[in-house]
Amino acid sequence: MTQLVLFVIFGAITLAAAIAVVTARNLFHAVLWLLLAFFGVAGLYVLLEAPFFAAAQLFIYMGAIGVLIIYALMLTRGVMRQQVPLVNDQWALVAVLAVALLAVLSWLFLQHTWPTVDQAVGPDSLRTLGEALVDPGRYGFPFEVASVLLVMALIGAVTIVRER
Amino acid sequence: MGTFDTSQLLAILPQILLVVLALIVLAADLGTPRGKKRSLGIVTAVGLLIVLIVTLAWPETTEPVFGGALRVDGVGKAFQAIFLLSGLLVALISMDFRPLRQDGAYYAMLLFSVLGMSLMAAAEDLVMLYVAIEIAGISAYVLVGYMREDALSAEAGVKYLLFGAFSSTVMVYGLSLLYGIAGGTGYGRVAAVLLQTPFQLAMVAFLLVLVGFGFKVAMVPMHFWGPDTYQGAPTPITAFISVASKAAGFAVLARALHFLFPALNNDWPALLVAISMVTITLGNLLAVPQRNIKRMLAYSSIAQAGYVLIGITAGGVAGITAVIFYLLVYAVTNIGAFSIVSMVASHIDSDDIQDYAALSRRSPALALAMMVALLSLAGVPPSGGFVGKLFLFAAGIKAGLVPLVVVAVLNVIVALYYYLNVVKVMYTVRSEHEEDAIAVPAPSRLVLVLSVTGVLLLGILAAPCYNVMSNWVTGWFS
Repeated sequence: MTQLVLFVIFGAITLAAAIAVVTARNLFHAVLWLLLAFFGVAGLYVLLEAPFFAAAQLFIYMGAIGVLIIYALMLTRGVMRQQVPLVNDQWALVAVLAVALLAVLSWLFLQHTWPTVDQAVGPDSLRTLGEALVDPGRYGFPFEVASVLLVMALIGAVTIVRER
Repeated sequence: MGTFDTSQLLAILPQILLVVLALIVLAADLGTPRGKKRSLGIVTAVGLLIVLIVTLAWPETTEPVFGGALRVDGVGKAFQAIFLLSGLLVALISMDFRPLRQDGAYYAMLLFSVLGMSLMAAAEDLVMLYVAIEIAGISAYVLVGYMREDALSAEAGVKYLLFGAFSSTVMVYGLSLLYGIAGGTGYGRVAAVLLQTPFQLAMVAFLLVLVGFGFKVAMVPMHFWGPDTYQGAPTPITAFISVASKAAGFAVLARALHFLFPALNNDWPALLVAISMVTITLGNLLAVPQRNIKRMLAYSSIAQAGYVLIGITAGGVAGITAVIFYLLVYAVTNIGAFSIVSMVASHIDSDDIQDYAALSRRSPALALAMMVALLSLAGVPPSGGFVGKLFLFAAGIKAGLVPLVVVAVLNVIVALYYYLNVVKVMYTVRSEHEEDAIAVPAPSRLVLVLSVTGVLLLGILAAPCYNVMSNWVTGWFS
């Protein structure tokens, strides 16, 4: 019961903050709402008994990524004061499509019995995760390739922004 | 912990070599003085040639490696060869594209993109697939916006990034649904669980994933980014994304339809037939009024994607072999055409079709090569494009897709009009610059020779090439 209450609370925080992100007129405010949405997701991770993900969510998303976006905003000329229109003239059509998509997906998801794990997560979930990430028979290879992705993204970002 | 068998590393030797090559190019950039950076293109091209030879010489396996993350089978190998060849040709034409201030990072991004695509072609795991798509995608965003000082290139980069990020978000949502349904990320496991899953749920997941694949392929309705991105991107990169990116999308689509969604085998063909019809028709009709040659080739490449979808929908050995054959022809043809666009733009700083007036008098060889490329794109015999279309249409008819093939054939006639229009401008319209020959640097000359001989040889020696490819494909169906 407590779990359900907590789920509703964190879910509501995430959703409300996410709506605020897309409706905020000021880009800087949107980022602050985004941080709150990240926090809500961290709470959901705790409920899923994934404490490592919750911590990573707090440190990496709320900490690193949030700060990074704020820095990027502060370094961009004029963006802090600018009030851009939030919708264009196709908003009504898009809204109908989005609501229809939501209805279809919700209907489908409620009909399906989703598989659940038959045992609780062990006390050593971090170890399990770590082993899965380095085990060449599981996610070891995608994990290594992800490091190539990061190097490439870093080089690409530097290439785009540096003075030539 | 599973034990690690080092022989698995041999299966990804070409990919390892690509990463090493990218690092070599970046390191060589430090020791290369400004103004000599052009030579890095040669390093890239030679390196890619070596990787291409290694890839082709390597025996393909049907055994998955790294716990099922990859399977470098015949189909994967064929697609990898197409990406490597495209990368090689694009590196060569980049060397003398004047508006580009090239350096090591440019060629390294090109190599990373090829790496991502070659992993896409062999990925059989949702996580692996996503990482591979992002490697190929992000490096392509950087390359499209590489000429940052040029407003069109910057705009093209931003548009490509936004569309790419959006479609990849939708795709990841679909992938997460698949994981939620199956509780695993390997294609085999997901496919098995999908067979027991209600049709609607599997279909929704398929549609969401298709958005991501469709973006790469530029099929309707995920084609909107195409023309602006093609026009603004550095011309060699336009060639690269129009050929390699598209082929990578088809590689992923073909593998997913075959190994991930067998549960929907009776349902997706109707959908793809509809998409294919609309893509071919819309691409061709919108290509007709274009005045900018890059935009025209953009719409033409949308239409070409529609033709390839015929082979994908037909499936089977005939369908998939036709797809691979056509994409190889399309690679040499389209890169050949774009290499001429790139040389002309370097010389006269324009991409307007009317500025191709009297190209036959300015540079007869260029005009001839352009004509060969355009006729092959249109599908005129004895070019490779003709035989490729023949294989696709034959596979379509064999699979009972007669209405689709009829629509495609009618469209070939529309396409002939706008391809021949460029030929007409090159050969019959006079211009006041007829004495001013367009410079053809050595690397681009090599690309032209390879492209023209490739188009003709693939047309004349189609049967042996087809047989080799069909041997690679049979592994999927035995």
